[in-house]
Amino acid sequence: MNRILPILSVVTAIIAFWYAAVVPMNIHGVLDQAERDGVVVVPGTAKARRDFASLGLVMLNPGQAAKSWMQERPRLPAPHQVAIELWQTTVEKKVTSKRSLVFHAWVTLSATLLGFAIGTGLGVLLAVGIVHNKAMDMSVMPWAIASQTIPILAIAPMVIVVLNSIGIQGLVPKAIISAYLSFFPVVVGMVAGLRSPDAMQLDLLKTYHASRAATFWKLRLPASMPYLFTSLKVGIAASLVGAIVGELPTGAVRGLGARLLTGSYYGQTVQIWSALMMAAICAAVLVGLIGLAQRLILQRMGMTGR
Amino acid sequence: MIWVAAALLFWGMAWALNAWLARSRHSGLRAVRIAVPVIFGLTILVVWELLVRGLNVPLVILPPPTMIAATFGGNLAILWEDFVQTFLKGALSGYLIGCGAAVALAILIDRSPFLQKGLLPVGNFIAALPIIGTAPILVMWFGFDWQSKAAVVVVMVFFPMLVNTVQGLAASSAMQRDLMATYSASYWQTLLKLRLPAAMPFIFNGLKIASTLALIGAIVAEFFGSPVRGMGFRISTSVGQLALDMVWAEITVAALAGTLFYGTVALVERGVTFWHPSQRK
Repeated sequence: MNRILPILSVVTAIIAFWYAAVVPMNIHGVLDQAERDGVVVVPGTAKARRDFASLGLVMLNPGQAAKSWMQERPRLPAPHQVAIELWQTTVEKKVTSKRSLVFHAWVTLSATLLGFAIGTGLGVLLAVGIVHNKAMDMSVMPWAIASQTIPILAIAPMVIVVLNSIGIQGLVPKAIISAYLSFFPVVVGMVAGLRSPDAMQLDLLKTYHASRAATFWKLRLPASMPYLFTSLKVGIAASLVGAIVGELPTGAVRGLGARLLTGSYYGQTVQIWSALMMAAICAAVLVGLIGLAQRLILQRMGMTGR
Repeated sequence: MIWVAAALLFWGMAWALNAWLARSRHSGLRAVRIAVPVIFGLTILVVWELLVRGLNVPLVILPPPTMIAATFGGNLAILWEDFVQTFLKGALSGYLIGCGAAVALAILIDRSPFLQKGLLPVGNFIAALPIIGTAPILVMWFGFDWQSKAAVVVVMVFFPMLVNTVQGLAASSAMQRDLMATYSASYWQTLLKLRLPAAMPFIFNGLKIASTLALIGAIVAEFFGSPVRGMGFRISTSVGQLALDMVWAEITVAALAGTLFYGTVALVERGVTFWHPSQRK
């Protein structure tokens, strides 16, 4: 209770702020509609209102404020509008329908998960190579670290279009971007993890005459787990962003990124916000699942997971 | 075929050289530590060039590095204009506003443990979300020019920065704060002389994370609409024209800008947090 109460009040404050912000954001549109319906508004014409600040218009027309929460195409939809849209497009639509957000989320999630699996696998392999081969360490590691400062996402459109031109479409190009984005965090985290056993522990295994393979399986790999999970959480969030951005450049019709793009083309703000919420839910679930796996596995291994 | 064989040969020789350098007595030297990754990078460029020429890879799939360099050199004016639009106007202004606002809010909520307990998990949660998705909304609100890009950057950098600063402000130990209390230091004196300096490693960690996010946000936001200049605009239109050499030149600019930005922040960090163990030689 001690922990939940502050979080709840912050979330409530955010939602309250959101509702309050909806009124000035939408007041222009509301007043235009009211004028067309024959209601007297101050000032009387759209042209005169354009020069007014939004807050001033709210003050002059307090009676119209409530309508700003139920516009069809608001500049900023109210939270309940987004929630209703989410409910209608997830629960009330068949999962196979093109209007179902579950369908679009699955399109994006499948690319995310495939890419994440590839990126993590290759990242762990490269990390093992780096730890065991000094030449590789010295030549690759600086680039892996430097690559984290580069906006890798900028190559997403190119990857999509180039693969498209040689006939690869759909899931794979997006997965490649996802893989690329999750690859470097995993490499850097895993190298740090495999190096985390201290000299004392390594010396002990040496006195046991343990082979390099045995040292790897019995000491380095278990010791790297906390580091691995931390970078997996970063990696899966990056993978999801990669899959969403990967859907933008080709004008894809399926996936959360496509929902964002079509929403912004046709001014369907409620659709954008619901796609955004769905992406947030996906990210939260994915990161949460990895956190859960982290807790369970580290507990089972006798490490205090955090 | 000769090109391909040359590529393989070059790869083998460069790798042997690196392996020899790494195993030699001098591997600890600073010069060698820099030379090895440089050799590796050059090798990739040379092999890329040779393979593209040898296998006759079409230019619309992968242009050779020399061609990218030529495009880069031939279009400096355009690239500079894009850099100014996206980096200086969009990313940098958003970065300063977002990080400034986050630090200010962190100092404000720092006085209330209740707010801290509430905002920290929420901020952590939001920092993991695909915030880049707000780009179409913000472009709709703030128009196509750099203001909307700056807004995207503000939203992207705000939460990582907030979380790091709040953690940093809690970094000074009770003993240190007690000492300040025995000096009868006021809240502001404690903040300026103890807690903010102690928070600097955390703040700079946030600043470094945010520097990468800022550039990503500014570029991706341009995919949702922009005036006819900017790095994201140039990348998406050049991809459409299959002018991949221009795309690669723009990516080079983005990579250079990102690395320099990060490097600058890291350099300032070294000056400010010279006392921290991670900065000691």
